[in-house]
Amino acid sequence: MPLMGGLADLRVDDWMPEASNEDHQGRLTACEVTMTVTPPKPDTVAFPQDRTCPYHPPASYDPLRSARPLSRVSLYDGRTVWVVTGQSVARDLLIDPRLSTDRANRAFPMPTERFALSRKRRVALLGVDDPEHNAQRRMLIPSFTLKRITALRPRIQETVDRLLDAMVEQGPPADLVSAFALPVPSMVICSLLGVPYADHDFFEEQSRRLLRGPDVTDTEAAREQLDAYLGSLIDRKRREPGDGLLDDLIHRGPDEKEIDREELISLATILLIAGHETTANMISLGTFTLLRHPDRLEELRSADSLLPAAVEELLRFLSIADGILRVATEDIEVAGETIRADDGVVFSTSLINRDDDSFTAPDSLDWHRPTRHHLAFGYGVHQCLGQNLARAEMEIALRSLFARLPGLRLAAPAEEIPFKPGDTIQGMLELPVTW
Amino acid sequence: MRIRIDKDSCVGAGMCALTAPNVFTQDDDGFSEVLEGRDDGAGDPLAREAARACPVRAITVADD
Repeated sequence: MPLMGGLADLRVDDWMPEASNEDHQGRLTACEVTMTVTPPKPDTVAFPQDRTCPYHPPASYDPLRSARPLSRVSLYDGRTVWVVTGQSVARDLLIDPRLSTDRANRAFPMPTERFALSRKRRVALLGVDDPEHNAQRRMLIPSFTLKRITALRPRIQETVDRLLDAMVEQGPPADLVSAFALPVPSMVICSLLGVPYADHDFFEEQSRRLLRGPDVTDTEAAREQLDAYLGSLIDRKRREPGDGLLDDLIHRGPDEKEIDREELISLATILLIAGHETTANMISLGTFTLLRHPDRLEELRSADSLLPAAVEELLRFLSIADGILRVATEDIEVAGETIRADDGVVFSTSLINRDDDSFTAPDSLDWHRPTRHHLAFGYGVHQCLGQNLARAEMEIALRSLFARLPGLRLAAPAEEIPFKPGDTIQGMLELPVTW
Repeated sequence: MRIRIDKDSCVGAGMCALTAPNVFTQDDDGFSEVLEGRDDGAGDPLAREAARACPVRAITVADD
């Protein structure tokens, strides 16, 4: 999860709480990869840009690939920043303490106007450096260990089965996003945090407005509504303790420092949003991608043991959180260049994960290759805290979906199915399917 | 082979335990830990992979 990470700490390493305009109708026009040989003019490339095929980076990023591992892009506000596109340089820089994730730093690069709102408030985990980040992360780690996630698997399976039952009862056809991809992680994170799932329409809507609302005013309004909701939930839990992670954070042990209300709200926001948005996108876009690769899907159906590797490869291939942001606090020499103090740096995970020095034939979907070293969950101290929850959810959701509905197929022409714009977490806006 | 974990650096991502479950686990606080008696890597080639997978390079694998 990107529950935790990515958004890096939760979901992916960095989520982009912004987004663009919800009228956007991404069209599938360029799923056949044709690498054009364009002379590198990296200074002219804008970042982020909409994908033309939902599972490939936009072809307009090709000059950045040619200029690997480091070049320049321009942001929406006209600022030029470094873009990291090579795996080895990305790893070195993402553990370099001279790169900061502090959104309050005036030089922090902002990819969209909506994202720039985060300058005004403390963003837990993803928006703070150590030692503050480390203190927050340490409170959460025990809830996301492999052992804890393994223990959650039966509950995830039960959730998945119940949702598939409901979908089958009402269909075909169905919108896989609203019937399955979104509710699976949403129910799981609610149960883990102790947030009432009955309120899911409310917080999913605020999350959508935060990440993809029509304008900045709307995003701010959504933020206030979500703060008020989580604040009153926290107050209630203070009086009537429950058994979720939020309750644990509210009711700390006698030797532990109490967390103030504002920080609790910030942590709850990240956990809740990162916990459902990112995984939901991986399930919807992962399903779409598999349906568009029928030979691969067939192989997966016949060899269930390949599923963990397939999930890993989908994480690499799709790189749904494309754009980890940092600001340099000192000069850094790297790859023959000097990143100066106050320079902005953006890590394009979609390009880093298609670095052909690290991955053979990176534009093809192939789970027989070693993929474990992809950076879809980020790298460094902010690497997705919820990554093993995300893996478990994806594995159980995809396995059960294709086993239960062997005839699953798209219910609309692929090129007409809308997907998310480039300035937010990537995924399908809807996914009409039949079986 | 000798495996060392810098617990102060560990961020509990769990990549070691995921990559080489026969060598690494996570303690109750979520931090990386070598399974009892596996400090020598137990001949598992995945021990080196786990060190490489660690997002904060907290694991070092030294040859004897």
